Amino acid sequence: MKFEYLLQYILSGLTNGSIYAITAIGFNIIYNTTGIINFAQGEFLMLGGMSAITFSQYFPLPIAILFAVIVTSIVGALIDFTIIRRMKKPTVLNMIIITIGLSILIREIALHVWDEKVRSLPYFTGDETTSINFFGAYIPPQVLWVLGISTLIVVFLGFFFKYTVAGRSMRACSSNITAAKLCGIKTNNMITFSFVLSAAIGAVAGAAISPIAQTQYDCGTSLAIKGFAVAILGGLGNSTGAVIGGLLIGILESLSISILPLAYKDAIAITILLIILFVKPSGLLGKSEISALKEF
Amino acid sequence: MKLKKYYPIFGLILAVIFIQLLVSGIGMQFYLTQLTMSAYYGIVIIGLSILMGYAGQISIGHAAFFAIGGYTTAALTTMNFAALTDVPIVNFLIKTGLTISGMDPYGKKIIYISPWLSLFIAVIITIFIAALIGVPILKLKGHYLAMATLGFGIIIYRIVLGTSIFGEADGISDVPTFKFLFNFKINSDPALRVENYYIAWLIVVISIFILTNLINSRVGRALRSLHGNEEAANSMGVNISRTKLLVFILSAVLASVAGVFMTHFNGGIGPAESGVMRSVRYVAIVAVGGMANLWGTLIMGIILNYLSLRGYFGSYDDAVFGIILIVIMLFAPDGIFKLKYCNNFIKLIKKTS
Repeated sequence: MKFEYLLQYILSGLTNGSIYAITAIGFNIIYNTTGIINFAQGEFLMLGGMSAITFSQYFPLPIAILFAVIVTSIVGALIDFTIIRRMKKPTVLNMIIITIGLSILIREIALHVWDEKVRSLPYFTGDETTSINFFGAYIPPQVLWVLGISTLIVVFLGFFFKYTVAGRSMRACSSNITAAKLCGIKTNNMITFSFVLSAAIGAVAGAAISPIAQTQYDCGTSLAIKGFAVAILGGLGNSTGAVIGGLLIGILESLSISILPLAYKDAIAITILLIILFVKPSGLLGKSEISALKEF
Repeated sequence: MKLKKYYPIFGLILAVIFIQLLVSGIGMQFYLTQLTMSAYYGIVIIGLSILMGYAGQISIGHAAFFAIGGYTTAALTTMNFAALTDVPIVNFLIKTGLTISGMDPYGKKIIYISPWLSLFIAVIITIFIAALIGVPILKLKGHYLAMATLGFGIIIYRIVLGTSIFGEADGISDVPTFKFLFNFKINSDPALRVENYYIAWLIVVISIFILTNLINSRVGRALRSLHGNEEAANSMGVNISRTKLLVFILSAVLASVAGVFMTHFNGGIGPAESGVMRSVRYVAIVAVGGMANLWGTLIMGIILNYLSLRGYFGSYDDAVFGIILIVIMLFAPDGIFKLKYCNNFIKLIKKTS
């Protein structure tokens, strides 16, 4: 393979990979505070993209994206208020089923609010023709935006969980929810907040990829599955693992296109995931002792 | 021999006959088509109920097994061996009567594998695949198990969608008639609606008979014990991994057999049958029916699939199943038949009788 091609594949892998990483981090935020895997995570990305597109018809782009983030966060909060809080003695099986139900519901509502057309936001800066030549590979400006935004989100979250009261309270919930309650942390609010945060991050990511990946009412599902695969690959709840796992799967996937038919592309991430699950279910960076203690 | 536990099965047989007479009596024969399809989906659903309800293992990839059955038989029976009669295997099959020869609409000679043989092959393939992935997958729990089965479903869906012998996005059509016992035929001929209806329900009755016996056997008790607490079951001498694998394979085979018959009944199969939404739908129906409740899941499976196939949900088809999942999990996590007023109702019936 020529070097330029290889570079091009790796770059597109990095772009997809960083989106998977952000989705996986969205999973991790909710998983850490509640122990729930929110199968509706992909729908947050879709909602973010779709509402940003609608708002961008009336407002300048940055404000449209801001509104999209707000709308998606409200949806995230509503999910917790109306459903997750009302569950009595939820089992893992019940939570899996209910969040799958939610994801279907949000998708179908989106189908009726918008339609089944494929839409996209305009490039944040420049357009398809203003690609940057990078050692013979071409980078569309939006790819830089996606990479930049993902890096920012990861840095922001790292800072947030380490230095702010809210972030530390959320970490306390994740290590022991009863102890967190005893320390005066309002765990219920923290759970709501984790849904809002993960919805907001999803919305930003959804808006950022819309110009290159396009947005459609059902684009969330495959993103959620990849994101979940990445979260498990990196070790559930581990954000560094999510970033590494995301980039790894992104690159492997885009390299696979050069060997296998395009139709099998989606199967690559899943196959890697299954192998990881069979060999080391705690993930690349997860500790098997910890995951053995966790109930699920 | 205790006959009492078979009373519901007799009830089912009577209900099946009654519905057929009723539907034919009012001249609405075409309802039988959807009732037949619902019956085949019902087989998948009771199989999944055993796995989810009794063994406590979620599978969000059961449509894949249905597709494995359906696609195996569709691919094998639409293959024309007329030009390959010199090949030893084909020759052997022809001599042993395992092939069927006929004419295609253009008068060309065609020889294809008997659907009975393809049913057998489909079951073997399903057992092989289920055993192969079951061993590692069933070691997982909770989210991991859900993800792994979901992933398996997606892989099968992608393979079906990307492979030319499975017709890619078009699926396979013109699947020939399945000659059932006593010359009864399974195909989409409207004139044969009644016999197709009875064949489908015969298979349902056989499946539910097997499963009822299974639940009330040693294996059934082992299953319930491992659903309650795997460690405790293990310490009582239940071989957890073997029992789980057995049930997984059994429920995969049921789904696959349903897929085979459904494909011959419809005369074709498309990739949507193996999609994620289809698997989620099975899970939803099992949840509504009360998980560990064979009859509950069968009844809900028939009703919901029938309504969906008749198109009563319109463009909200998927949304209905999403809402069902949420509402059931919120208000009736033990299924619709375990609701309080339902219980009171059942008690009332028991008192009066």
